[in-house]
Amino acid sequence: MNLHEYQSKELLKKNGVDVAEGIVANTVEEAVAAAKVMQERTKRNEVIVKAQIHAGGRGKGGGIKLARNLDEVKEKAGAILGMQLITPQTSAAGKKVHKIFIQEDAYYDGPSKIKEFYISILLNRNTSKNIIMYSTEGGMEIELIAEKTPHLIFTEEVDPFLGLQDYQCRTIAFNLKVEGVAYGNMLKFLKGLYKTYNSIDAALVEINPVLNTTDDRILAVDAKVRLDDNALFRHPDLLAMRDLTEEDPTDVEAGNNKLNYVKLDGNVGCMVNGAGLAMATMDIIQLAGGEPANFLDVGGTANAERIEKAFQIILKDPNVKAILVNIFGGIVRCDRVAQGIVDAYKSIGNIPVPIIVRLQGTNAVEAKQLIEASGLKVHSAIQLQEAADLVTMLVK
Amino acid sequence: MSVLLNKDSRVLVQGFTGSEGTFHATQMIDYGTNVVGGVTPRKGGSRHLDRPVFDMVAEAVEKTKADTSIIFVPPAFAADSIMEAATAGIKLIVCISEGIPVNDMILVKRYLSDKDCRLIGPNCPGIITPGEAKVGIMPAFIHQKGKIGVVSRSGTLTYEAVDQLTKTGLGQTTAIGIGGDPIIGTTMLDAIKLFMADPATEGIVMIGEIGGGMEAEAAYWIKEHGTKPVVGFIAGRTAPKGRTMGHAGAIIGGKADTADAKIEILTHCNIAVVDSPATIGEKMKSLL
Repeated sequence: MNLHEYQSKELLKKNGVDVAEGIVANTVEEAVAAAKVMQERTKRNEVIVKAQIHAGGRGKGGGIKLARNLDEVKEKAGAILGMQLITPQTSAAGKKVHKIFIQEDAYYDGPSKIKEFYISILLNRNTSKNIIMYSTEGGMEIELIAEKTPHLIFTEEVDPFLGLQDYQCRTIAFNLKVEGVAYGNMLKFLKGLYKTYNSIDAALVEINPVLNTTDDRILAVDAKVRLDDNALFRHPDLLAMRDLTEEDPTDVEAGNNKLNYVKLDGNVGCMVNGAGLAMATMDIIQLAGGEPANFLDVGGTANAERIEKAFQIILKDPNVKAILVNIFGGIVRCDRVAQGIVDAYKSIGNIPVPIIVRLQGTNAVEAKQLIEASGLKVHSAIQLQEAADLVTMLVK
Repeated sequence: MSVLLNKDSRVLVQGFTGSEGTFHATQMIDYGTNVVGGVTPRKGGSRHLDRPVFDMVAEAVEKTKADTSIIFVPPAFAADSIMEAATAGIKLIVCISEGIPVNDMILVKRYLSDKDCRLIGPNCPGIITPGEAKVGIMPAFIHQKGKIGVVSRSGTLTYEAVDQLTKTGLGQTTAIGIGGDPIIGTTMLDAIKLFMADPATEGIVMIGEIGGGMEAEAAYWIKEHGTKPVVGFIAGRTAPKGRTMGHAGAIIGGKADTADAKIEILTHCNIAVVDSPATIGEKMKSLL
């Protein structure tokens, strides 16, 4: 689950991390009121108007604007709220902006030189430990830093039994070349960041940029937090932060029915049990000359009801020209799945696209008989290759 | 011969009396697995499936001399169960539970790092040595005692490969589902090393998918030390970047995570990579 910037910053602040402060707004009026408060607090006129969507690259899409006075706040907030924000990380259609964050402009003039860093905490799968990844080259995407200046990316691995140690924080501060008052602030920042990551069971905390302000504060200007979905059961407060408007409604519907669904751009829908086999089925569709329209794992306990729901979800996609059902029955009995398909056919009414059903494993033969006896226009296969050949035939 | 599991393995079921534990323990017993008992806290002293139930793993190990354990407890408590089994001296821990928090698994991995035990999973179908023992949830009837070792990150895709190996008459020495999570106990390389060292295993099937560096790690080792033919399949060529494909571990972050990158490395390391999982069995047959 992803959090918005404003939510991430609340969590960071709670754990002692200094952030570029701001107030979230849902309307232009709220934005202007928020800007007044921020102006009083900072004694400066400038504020930043930031679109709150679950995607990076917001600035590039025109979702982050500087406003020099309240009139400009009104104008920029009006333009950003409700816009379809297209960034390198969104789909071509972009994402609708429902909320904006009215933030202090932290790039004010002062005695010290402004510096931007990159700092994130995430799992290193190869060592099964969390690492702090950081760079002096903040402000641009980490992928770009990795491409241009890979030697300027550093990592610090955290022993899970010990947590982040002081010497590790010092190492990071020295490598980032922070000095004077900023040095102490950086140590505090790092401790707070790790505390946040750990206490919320995050999968990623990414701060880019981390700002060394002209008065040597260390601030999180932006904040991206992704939570470990498997750990949400112990964080009802975080679960309450879920923003369903940011998620694809079909994905949400699938999730509510315990179906694992990812929409793709192709023309052959698929319904499979098991994630690995589901991915392999998508690959087979492509090999056969089609393009997969989705990933859909019905799980290890697929019953007739869930199969029917899965059909409904696949059929919502107007691009789907055929559906391949690929079930390897283990604990799941193929004849029960077949019954689900027959029931779905009857209750949905007229399914307008051809269906190829490949049922293998437990009770596969009974399943094939059941489908053939039903009189439905379903192409039935037992071997995987037969199914692939049928896909080729139908997409041609 | 086989790896890790045989007819003499003495198996304990953690989460024995729950519905999943009961269902799969029954199937394991029917297959001939030597299930010596189970653990369900506060049900100790009773009997279930004609076997003793214990409160604690340590007590069960003492009384039954169990050396293997399979875990069916809910994800919120599974990490704790793994550590209990390891502390009690279980040598092979198979964790079926799906959805364990990553931070819990980080602690488990750290805790197991100096223990004399092996974890398979979590979020896996388990391990089977056909004709001898099954410690998992895979459909037993598709397996056949034979000469191929199978290691896979995916459950149903393992069944697919196993089924083909059975139909081509090659059979399996042992099939191991290592699990689809970002942090797992036994890695692909661990399993490959075991199969390479097992005299009865004549060929190896490795099934990977997008995400992580496990397949590449195994492939480079095979290139240096491999002595048997290896057939590989990598699922997810058509998977989009940045979306988790069912398994928590199946996500394309960087370029090295993609199926194409992995296929290239495997091919470079002399592994026979098949385009379609439908041809795993045939391919292996052609190499022996």
